[in-house]
Amino acid sequence: MTVLQRLIPVAGDAAPWRPRRRLQRLFDQAGPLLRRPGFVVALILVLFTLVAALAPWLFTQVDPYATQPSAKLLPPSALHWFGTDELGRDLYTRVLYGARLSVEAALLAVGLALLSGLGLGIVSGFIGGRVDAVIMRIVDVLLALPGLLLALAIVTAIGFGTIPVAIAVGVGIIPGFARTTRAEVLRIKTLPYVEAARLGGASWTSTLLRHVLPNAWGPVAVLATLDIGAAILATAGLSFLGFGAEPPAAEWGTLIANGRHFLITAPWVSLLPGLFLVLVVFSLNHIARTFEEIQR
Amino acid sequence: MSHLIDVQDLRVSYHSGGRVTEAVRGVSFHLQPGETLAIVGESGSGKTTVASALLGLLPTTARIDGGRLAVAGQDISHASERSKQRLRGRVVGLVPQDPMVSLNPTLSIGKQIGESLLLRHGKRYPGLDADVLELLEQVGIDNPALRAGQYPHELSGGMRQRVLIAIALAGEPQLIIADEPTSALDVTVQKRILDHLEQLVRARGIALVIITHDLGVAADRADRVLVMRQGEVVESGIAREVFSAPSHAYTRDLLAAAPAFGATPKPVPVETRGAAPLLEFDAVGKRFALPRGQHFQALQDLSLAVYPGQTLAIVGESGSGKSTSLRIALGLEQPSSGRVRFAGQEIGGLGWKQFRPLRQRMQLVQQNPFAALDPRFSVYQSVVEPLVSFGLLKGRELEQAARQLMEQVQLPASYLDRLPRELSGGQRQRVAIARALALKPDLLLLDEPVSALDVSVQAQILDLLRELQAELGVAYVLVSHDLAVVASLAHQVVVLKQGQVVEQGEARQVLEQPRERYTRELLEAVPGRRLAVA
Repeated sequence: MTVLQRLIPVAGDAAPWRPRRRLQRLFDQAGPLLRRPGFVVALILVLFTLVAALAPWLFTQVDPYATQPSAKLLPPSALHWFGTDELGRDLYTRVLYGARLSVEAALLAVGLALLSGLGLGIVSGFIGGRVDAVIMRIVDVLLALPGLLLALAIVTAIGFGTIPVAIAVGVGIIPGFARTTRAEVLRIKTLPYVEAARLGGASWTSTLLRHVLPNAWGPVAVLATLDIGAAILATAGLSFLGFGAEPPAAEWGTLIANGRHFLITAPWVSLLPGLFLVLVVFSLNHIARTFEEIQR
Repeated sequence: MSHLIDVQDLRVSYHSGGRVTEAVRGVSFHLQPGETLAIVGESGSGKTTVASALLGLLPTTARIDGGRLAVAGQDISHASERSKQRLRGRVVGLVPQDPMVSLNPTLSIGKQIGESLLLRHGKRYPGLDADVLELLEQVGIDNPALRAGQYPHELSGGMRQRVLIAIALAGEPQLIIADEPTSALDVTVQKRILDHLEQLVRARGIALVIITHDLGVAADRADRVLVMRQGEVVESGIAREVFSAPSHAYTRDLLAAAPAFGATPKPVPVETRGAAPLLEFDAVGKRFALPRGQHFQALQDLSLAVYPGQTLAIVGESGSGKSTSLRIALGLEQPSSGRVRFAGQEIGGLGWKQFRPLRQRMQLVQQNPFAALDPRFSVYQSVVEPLVSFGLLKGRELEQAARQLMEQVQLPASYLDRLPRELSGGQRQRVAIARALALKPDLLLLDEPVSALDVSVQAQILDLLRELQAELGVAYVLVSHDLAVVASLAHQVVVLKQGQVVEQGEARQVLEQPRERYTRELLEAVPGRRLAVA
């Protein structure tokens, strides 16, 4: 802007101005993201996994539990993309059906951690004082215990199965969410626009919902995306150790655990489900990193 | 060639995301040893890019497209990083812009000065400690032996700036580049530091390049000036000649816009006789409790009265209690003593709920327009937020109100869809003003409303504020450290120093015939005085 343009011309729009729709703004923001090839590939893989988790029969016609002794431990081929296991079950199908339990467990874990972490962080950052001190010391104790050890202890206490494992993993990642949320709330609470909203007559609740939460949300959302990957790994780890789903049901951790007896003779039984798991976690990390980059 | 710097037809462009922005377009100038040159321009004029190029510190996205850039006879436009590094510190020193973030908080200042001494004299320099103390003394820091062991957070902004100057001097350069060296400091501190820098530079025969947007600083300090605009040199020459007889229209506009130079518009006079005061302070004091049972007296015995349609300015340096008095008026702090009345109602001890109805009549415009708007809110959402909070208007009426507010602050209605990051600083401040006006308040509290903006944008915002006052009859309480800003807006002035009232009265009287020494000091510190007197 220069001095010469001191008088900004008031736009003589024929049509009076109307607010732009929220959806339109979302499209404007998503545009540049879709031009990154790495992001698109990662997004497609994650979407594929999500759809497979919801409706695995879309991608395969085979029954995941149908055994076929004549076709046991076959290497990957056009018929069996990931090969077959020791009972002749199609591994690709089992990985897809396994996605359901794994993704369910991971989402449950992250959802639990997100809700309680956000709640704790907001209460702690917003109220402050003694409440803050008490909550943060509890969080510190949780942080001091290694995540997998804590999850093992919880699973042993509340029983085996997919949902207990998810809860156990979720509790383990609460502290990260609580800490991040609290730090963001503390930062945003003091910003001039929050003060301006307060002076404009907004109550604390509406300031919290309209200004603090949406602006604190960014880093927390990145952490959530990142932690879905970590949660998938942790649930797989727990079910590998035998705390997860009961044998006939397919779950990524149990699939990998099954194959460890045939690592020399039929490595694909462990390695291909493992590779798929790694790819999904990588994709989630990549998406989280992209989100973090565009926020800066 | 005897030129210390010789720049000929320099072109620099930034490349990012496939887009090319030409930041510097054919700039030529030269500098003799011992000379002082000021590069003046608004944000985005390319002045900082020129400075970075001289230091060989252009970001990786920048490219020198052409021209010659010689420092001490060596062309560095395409020189290697090693040869540029040899120039930095020894030939060219830098005094960076923001003293608050330019020092390493984990090292004592003695160590940080020592670092550049070691770079100059080699690892085993025996005179290190003595030189550090000598440098600290030279830049005017008292008790150097004690200060050398202190950390940046223990020093004031002015002292940190002095330490930065000491660091630049430690390399014994032939040229110092000062990038907006004092824009983050109070006026009186600014004057002392610039005086000191000038003196040091003269004594050592160092050449000085001052990058500034403040014409006053340029006029006071420089032998020659270079006025830049959109990457091009608009005008250059001897400082006195350029400012007394500018040949280019842009320079004339800049001069007219700068509040310090002569033709300042005066506030519209307002008749207040017989009117009841809107906001009244009666012997208000504020004490803050410090740890270990100590107290800090932030404000003492402040009495003032603001009448409808009038502007009262509170002037002072940082720490003078001027922001505290605003916060008391807003009910964000409770006064420790004295009484505060708004429209005849006592507001001293009111809780948040009881205060809420009054907020419709009293609004704040904050200092930093870059943080005053929620980055996720569109301009529309920001502007109508107070109306929504009070539940005054809905739907179509709300949109109508938003359009009207935008018209009042002279922004096109289509801007309502933009996000704050799509606006310039001046435009953001206009939006913040629109938001404050949404409730049609009687009183607007302005907390340094233009200190974060460019000079020419400052003038526009001040014009807008003056017009709004004439049109809507709003009263202002203006808090500022800049007397030039105060002169163009205020009817009454209160001068504060360390929480105490130094002088108080009609603006014309206080600014033209100050009775107290401190007020005179403040007036003298306004950059551009030398020229105005000459």
